[in-house]
Amino acid sequence: MSSTLLDPAVAAELPDVLPARKQRGKVAMFAYRHPSIFAGGLLVSLVVASALFAPWLGTADPTALAPAKRLRSPSEIYWFGTDMLGRDIYSRVLYGTRVSLQVGVMVALFASVIGMFIGLTSGFIRVLDTVVMRVMDGLMSIPGILLAIALMALTRGSVGNVIIAITITEIPRVARLVRGVVLSLREQPYVEAAVAAGTRVPKIIWKHILPNTLAPITVQATFICASAMITEATLSFIGAGTPPTIPSWGNIMAEGRALWQVKPFIVLFPAIFLSITVLSINLLGDGLRDALDPRMAKKI
Amino acid sequence: MTATPLLEVRGLKKHFPLHGGLLGRQTGAVYAVDGVSFTVNKGETLSVVGESGCGKSTVGKAILRLYPITAGEVLLDGQRIDNLPASELRPLRRRVQVVFQDPFSSLNPRQRVGDIIAEPLVNFGIAHGSELTDRVAGLMDKVGLPRDAVKRFPHEFSGGQRQRIGIARALAPGADLIICDEAVSALDVSVKAQIVNLLSDLQDDLGLALLFISHDLAIVEHLTHRVAVMYLGKIVEVADRATLFSNPHHPYTRALLSAVPVPDPTAPRNRIILRGDVPSPINPPSGCRFHTRCPFVFDRCRAEEPLLRDVGDGRISACHLDEVPAAA
Repeated sequence: MSSTLLDPAVAAELPDVLPARKQRGKVAMFAYRHPSIFAGGLLVSLVVASALFAPWLGTADPTALAPAKRLRSPSEIYWFGTDMLGRDIYSRVLYGTRVSLQVGVMVALFASVIGMFIGLTSGFIRVLDTVVMRVMDGLMSIPGILLAIALMALTRGSVGNVIIAITITEIPRVARLVRGVVLSLREQPYVEAAVAAGTRVPKIIWKHILPNTLAPITVQATFICASAMITEATLSFIGAGTPPTIPSWGNIMAEGRALWQVKPFIVLFPAIFLSITVLSINLLGDGLRDALDPRMAKKI
Repeated sequence: MTATPLLEVRGLKKHFPLHGGLLGRQTGAVYAVDGVSFTVNKGETLSVVGESGCGKSTVGKAILRLYPITAGEVLLDGQRIDNLPASELRPLRRRVQVVFQDPFSSLNPRQRVGDIIAEPLVNFGIAHGSELTDRVAGLMDKVGLPRDAVKRFPHEFSGGQRQRIGIARALAPGADLIICDEAVSALDVSVKAQIVNLLSDLQDDLGLALLFISHDLAIVEHLTHRVAVMYLGKIVEVADRATLFSNPHHPYTRALLSAVPVPDPTAPRNRIILRGDVPSPINPPSGCRFHTRCPFVFDRCRAEEPLLRDVGDGRISACHLDEVPAAA
């Protein structure tokens, strides 16, 4: 810009008062503007990659027993050591990532979709609102983990049932959020203008309400994903979740619990993975919230 | 005046119930609009003025039936529309459109400008396909929006431009009456003038009637034909522009007009400073609603509610003072 304003001859003689502006690439610029989305996103993609490529990352069969080689400390051959049945903990932890991600993503997806449906319905049909929201209050008054344990007690232990149980405990949070957003959006002048312009209710919901609830739902979904992973690990740890034949972080920790004082690495590695994954997803969610809704970020 | 007015409002009331207590029983009501009657003729501008909270916006929204009214009648071309079921009301919505105050919240942030303007056209099945595109382009030309705005989002525009988008949306279905709910109050002075001129031009070209709800008397004086002054949910005076601005009659109108700033520091000013605040519409005063602040208050005002009556010059006013000289 400056060259168009100044005569080039004069410009050449002017001393450089300002330092040259730092040139940043697109990626660097994004990282600078949204550090938590960048950091969270990077870590999440690492975790996802390790789950996807688990078979090619130097792992052995995570369920193969080798009693002769049990309780080995971390070494060149067994990076994270072996458990009391001689299974390679490194392989088990990587394969466990699959279970955790599966549960986290599926719960976030199902809870968001069902919660959104319930929230939209009770936000729009006021007669249903009182009944539906009291049911949601009831669900929320039971601690999530207890409700999940109770639901698991009714069924067989499997990843699918774990997903269903945790989804049911997470639905009320989404429903409440969506209902609140719907109630405030309904009063927006653009919705009133749409009514005046003859728009029918289904189209108002689809065109004017739904698109404006997606940002808060996306943010909420990331937090639900993280919380579902912790719940899954807790359920597995107390033996009410993923069946012990499937390696999951909760199962590995449950098996290593008895040996915690002598062989701490059995519990340590899945715990580190769980913490980092949950942290990175929460970072991503925080960043998304700041980027999508600056007003909300200031309040919390 | 003999022909059927385009819009007639008779005894319109809108009370918002207040709920309290553990069981949510009704404990009272906000008497936002409490018996308002007026008419708007074809091609005419009627301004509804008054201070904040006097119920002028509620009148606009009640006419649009954005919420059910408590009592009264709304007639469009002599046909009652306040009691129609939603399905029968919908085709009539074509004829009455609205432009809101806030140009930021009155446009869906996630809809493109073209879709916003096309929405009423699609809803009423007025145009499809290429005809729809042409119509939208025509509307954008009419309100002075650049053609390339079609594919853009509202946040890319300034307040004045957004208000033009809102006006294009209101014009789209070929409305006879546009309710401008504080349509220029949120804009800068220069932009305000542009939008007001745009509205006047559109009125001349299309024969639109405008119900112009505003607290800005300078703007109202510039563009209106008639003015209705509201105070605490009631109309206190209706008169032609020239009559009202040159010779305000009702004590409240006089006080209101005396508050308008005059851009001449040497001009003599007789400001009527009202004492106290506007009473709460939850518990409005007995008798004349203005009696708590009126400089001419007397006994009758506290007991009896004055009715709107013709006081000459095509003016109606609601004040007991109008009767005093006749009796004396």
